[in-house]
Amino acid sequence: MTAKKLKYYVTGILALALAFFVFVVPFLFIIVNALKDKPEAALLHFSLPTETHLWDNLVAVVEARDYMLITAFINSIILTVVAVTGLVVFGAMVGFVLQRRPSRWSGLINFMVLAGLIMPPAVVPTIWLLQWLGLFKTLSGLILIEIAYSLSFSVLLFRAFIATIPRELDEAAILEGAGPFTLFFRIVLPLLKPVAVTVIVVQSVAIFNDFTNPLYYLPGAKNATVQLTLFNFQSMFNTSYNLLFMNILIITIPPLIMFLFFNRQIVEGMTAGAVKG
Amino acid sequence: MTTLGKKGSRRGLAAAYPTWFYLPAAIIFGVLFLFPTFASLFFSLTRWTLFQYSFIGLANFRQFFSEPFLVWGLVNTLIYAVVTSGSKVVLGMLLGILLTSNVMVRGLLRAIVFFPVLVSTIGVGITFTMLMHPTNGLINDVVAVFGLKGPAWLTDPRFALMSVAFVDVWKGVGLATVIYIAGIVSIPAEYYEAAKMDGANALQRFWNITLPLARPATVTVIILSLIGGLRSFDLIWAMTKGGPGFTTDVVASVIYKQYQAGFYGLSTAGNVVLFVLVAAIVVPLSFALNRKEVEA
Repeated sequence: MTAKKLKYYVTGILALALAFFVFVVPFLFIIVNALKDKPEAALLHFSLPTETHLWDNLVAVVEARDYMLITAFINSIILTVVAVTGLVVFGAMVGFVLQRRPSRWSGLINFMVLAGLIMPPAVVPTIWLLQWLGLFKTLSGLILIEIAYSLSFSVLLFRAFIATIPRELDEAAILEGAGPFTLFFRIVLPLLKPVAVTVIVVQSVAIFNDFTNPLYYLPGAKNATVQLTLFNFQSMFNTSYNLLFMNILIITIPPLIMFLFFNRQIVEGMTAGAVKG
Repeated sequence: MTTLGKKGSRRGLAAAYPTWFYLPAAIIFGVLFLFPTFASLFFSLTRWTLFQYSFIGLANFRQFFSEPFLVWGLVNTLIYAVVTSGSKVVLGMLLGILLTSNVMVRGLLRAIVFFPVLVSTIGVGITFTMLMHPTNGLINDVVAVFGLKGPAWLTDPRFALMSVAFVDVWKGVGLATVIYIAGIVSIPAEYYEAAKMDGANALQRFWNITLPLARPATVTVIILSLIGGLRSFDLIWAMTKGGPGFTTDVVASVIYKQYQAGFYGLSTAGNVVLFVLVAAIVVPLSFALNRKEVEA
């Protein structure tokens, strides 16, 4: 019994020490260097700052390049909110009909969903198309792109969840005289709340952190999203590592908040499909 | 069942679940994803300025498989995908087993391992570029404690690709771990108890129970991380931009570089190569892995 207890504590402490060293130290490194002044941060040492410059650095990062970070945050928030709303509504509509009404189209649609999940998008033809549509370098264009690229994930989660809602419910609503619109938006959609939360949280983090699509489809400092500011800052503050780390810290806060509140839903969404019943 | 069944069932279904519900999603997906994909098959055969094109047959593809810097991209993509995917399977499974066992502060450990998944890839890339600095970086400071001299992780061509792959695993192993946790938790505890009764040791229990029954998790981790690895771009771009030389270029970074240089036809050919690569690896593999599962 005592040997077992000893083993329990030793493995526990070892695991914690290793996790701290491998996964926590890099974050502490970001934090301590975000608080230093410019010459001290340039040493890239993992040490406490001799003097903390939290406020100075914060102000410097926010003010840099004509308040670019503020613009970027506004852009990223609009992008994330609108794209995720579209993903939830359109994804749930597809998942609903796909699950409830098998037809000769179902096979094709399932194939499209998988293709959307696996295939990398064709970049330059998309840019060419967006230019033709007048959507290149516009936030609306990027919103539609994010919806197109993440629809598959959203459809899969909604379809699986809708399969657990009894059909009798639909029938009762239809008997009461509900049309398809009422049936879906009034009866079914509210029941999808748990899976909708999962889709919202997982996709918000993914779209907020997206770098590649804004890089291709929304270039230009004026339109920057938060991930792109990070890139612009890197060359601009070539030696101002303190500001660079402060910037990383600031854009890590939204995902951190999501993580603290929705840890369970995030993990559920990301592991969906791992345990096939 | 009764109201929608038998009599007039088709009309009932059509009325309650209208096809036009597909429409918004179908338009967005069809126009912005499918159409460019088909268009890429054509434009990959052209020299293209976005305003005009001239048909040049397979010249772009011939260039892709003969120019050393493009071939590098292809080879590196394969190495990177296999290394990151393999590491995530092994480490994810080990962590999954540890974090489903009766270990101290299990919840905290799970959170710590998972959190990097949610952090900006670019932020992680920049941070590790600093940590891997050859003379000032924290990693080589630690190596020096053991009396060794660490290499220039990101600027030495022998190490650069593997260094980026390491960071990819660092950031992504949390996802593999939670997938394994979900898979391992779903294995009935009776199997382990029965095996213990029969005197199976920990290694035997792992080999005969955990490994085969966590197979769906393994398949998911392999497929997900291969897709991610083959398409990987942002981490490489944040850390090395394909350098030194072309030693960390992958197909996705070649596509971006050729696009920036204005070689739109060649860039699109790279995209077609990437489709084929992803489809040719992932589709047969998922068929093979899922079939075996049914047989077992």
